[in-house]
Amino acid sequence: MPKIFTPKVVTANHLLAGDVIYQTATGWTRKLAEAEVLQDEADADLRLIEASQQVDTVVGAYLADVALSDGVPIPAHFRETFRATGPSNYAHGKQVELS
Amino acid sequence: MYSYSEFDSAFLAERNAQFRAQVERRISGALTEDEFKPLRLMNGLYLQLHAYMLRVAIPYGTLNSAKMRKLAEIGDRWDKGYGHFTTRQNIQYNWPALKDVPDMLDALAEVGMHAIQTSGNTIRNVTADHFAGAAADEIADPRPVAELLRQWSTDHPEFQFMPRKFKIAITGSPNDRAVTKAHDIGLRMVERDGARGFEVIVGGGLGRTPMIGKVINDFLPEADLLPYLEAIVSVWNQIGRRDNKYKARIKITVHEHGIDEIRRLVEDRFVQTRATFSGVDQQMLREIEGHFAPPTFKTASEATFKDAYHSDPLFRSWADTNLTAHKADGYKIVSISLKKHGETPGDATGDQMRLMADLAEQYGHDELRISHEQNVILPHVHVSDLPALHAALKNAELATANIGLISDIIACPGMDYCALATARSIPIAQDIATRFDDLKREHDIGQLKIKISGCINACGHHHVGHIGILGLDRAGVENYQITLGGDHTETAAVGDRVGPGFSADDIVPAVERIVDTYLDLRTSQDEAFLDTYKRTGMAPFKTALYPETKVAAE
Repeated sequence: MPKIFTPKVVTANHLLAGDVIYQTATGWTRKLAEAEVLQDEADADLRLIEASQQVDTVVGAYLADVALSDGVPIPAHFRETFRATGPSNYAHGKQVELS
Repeated sequence: MYSYSEFDSAFLAERNAQFRAQVERRISGALTEDEFKPLRLMNGLYLQLHAYMLRVAIPYGTLNSAKMRKLAEIGDRWDKGYGHFTTRQNIQYNWPALKDVPDMLDALAEVGMHAIQTSGNTIRNVTADHFAGAAADEIADPRPVAELLRQWSTDHPEFQFMPRKFKIAITGSPNDRAVTKAHDIGLRMVERDGARGFEVIVGGGLGRTPMIGKVINDFLPEADLLPYLEAIVSVWNQIGRRDNKYKARIKITVHEHGIDEIRRLVEDRFVQTRATFSGVDQQMLREIEGHFAPPTFKTASEATFKDAYHSDPLFRSWADTNLTAHKADGYKIVSISLKKHGETPGDATGDQMRLMADLAEQYGHDELRISHEQNVILPHVHVSDLPALHAALKNAELATANIGLISDIIACPGMDYCALATARSIPIAQDIATRFDDLKREHDIGQLKIKISGCINACGHHHVGHIGILGLDRAGVENYQITLGGDHTETAAVGDRVGPGFSADDIVPAVERIVDTYLDLRTSQDEAFLDTYKRTGMAPFKTALYPETKVAAE
């Protein structure tokens, strides 16, 4: 039986701002909920290669596991939760700017 | 305070211009990230979890009001209105945009500051006793030597691509407040037959393999310092392991070769390095010493202090915890706590930095220090000025009376900011501080150092905390290991791991059980936590933390 593929998104830091971004079908977003969910391993690998080639836009692209809530991606690991929302010590950064 | 020479300023201007061009080439796409990364790291620029982070060196933790105001301005203008003071006596800006960093570096250069060698495999910012130049127990101010070391190590051509980073700490006092035994090289000023020299400690460090440094030379004459350090670093640069970054630090080299063999190699090398130093370094040291002349201390009536101490309980509480003996009559060293209960340890807003700069100018002979414990020090304040100083600090939420107490916690940035972290540390510090403040017990508990790291790299010094907390990722969940009995002073010791870790929800109750156990066990209020732990050992604390284990064993 083939190994079950955990859904993924391509994420990176933005070259100029340094903040966390996610790949969409057509570009990049700062909201995980808007990210393109990759359900197939080969597709995910290809999308990561495409993202990594955008050296004048993004830094350190990688595939992050996600869970799906009504089809919308949510973090599968607490590190990705903090990347998606910002620091938890007090409300500043992404959680304030995106709200 | 050292003032930059024309040479220093020209060097910095050239470096900043170089980096500005490198940033431009990165933004244009002419440089890839792989090409740019080593260049940005040489200038203190990291890419963290949410943003770039600029780490600015505060050499030996010393600032004046102009420098502190500039740090505030940079935080306000290019960051989110604050800065974070670290255990390395640096300040970190957590939110700069890449294009702004060259302007930030130019702004720093205006006050003789930089971010060079705050990263990379180089000799990092030299750290020192934060009470240097003021402490009553000091042999001499170690900062002129620290400045000499800064000049020697900055852009030193032999030491730019070493096996790993290299950290030097220095103290002029027998009471070690600079954690010298947990540095690659620790220097402790000593006197012998009326001559001044250094006890040289080598191979200390925390991180994944904590080691207490070993004495390689128990009395090195002051004039031999630079050639001797150059011998140590060059021996390690040659034989230190480059095959495995986790075994590259000098602590592993000393451990693998033995201190006696390292001493032999260093002595051999020293014969060569000594011959290359003509004595110019000592002439420079004498010149540097002139920059660190003590201020002209004043005399004044102590009546206002005594009145406030007797009539104002808040002032008395603050004076009892946040003041330290000064070498000059009528003076105190003031520690300003950046650990208000529930706040982020080490953070200061731009407004707070400006106020501290103003107060240093008004009451503190224009001097400030940053401690490795993430607090700000006004080293020279006459007692007559303390009531007014306290009132001003109180208005800015900077008068927390908790220095050395359980809420004066060292915490690394952890997973709230750091890309290397395996768990959060700041929220744990916030929760512990808030909990013990609610209980109103911390003054009764007394001296207790909690130090928290969010990964094994141990930036939060957890190994040498009386209670050390290490945050890890255990199967996708934050998990916190506790060590007890660590000691960061001249009697340095690595704490003992108590047992399995605790969840984020359970770690504060676990700390409470440790403290309850101590309060039950101590012979009197004069027996501090660490003394009780040394007397009783771990057993009663282990029983308190893991009662089910005890039941199972019986």
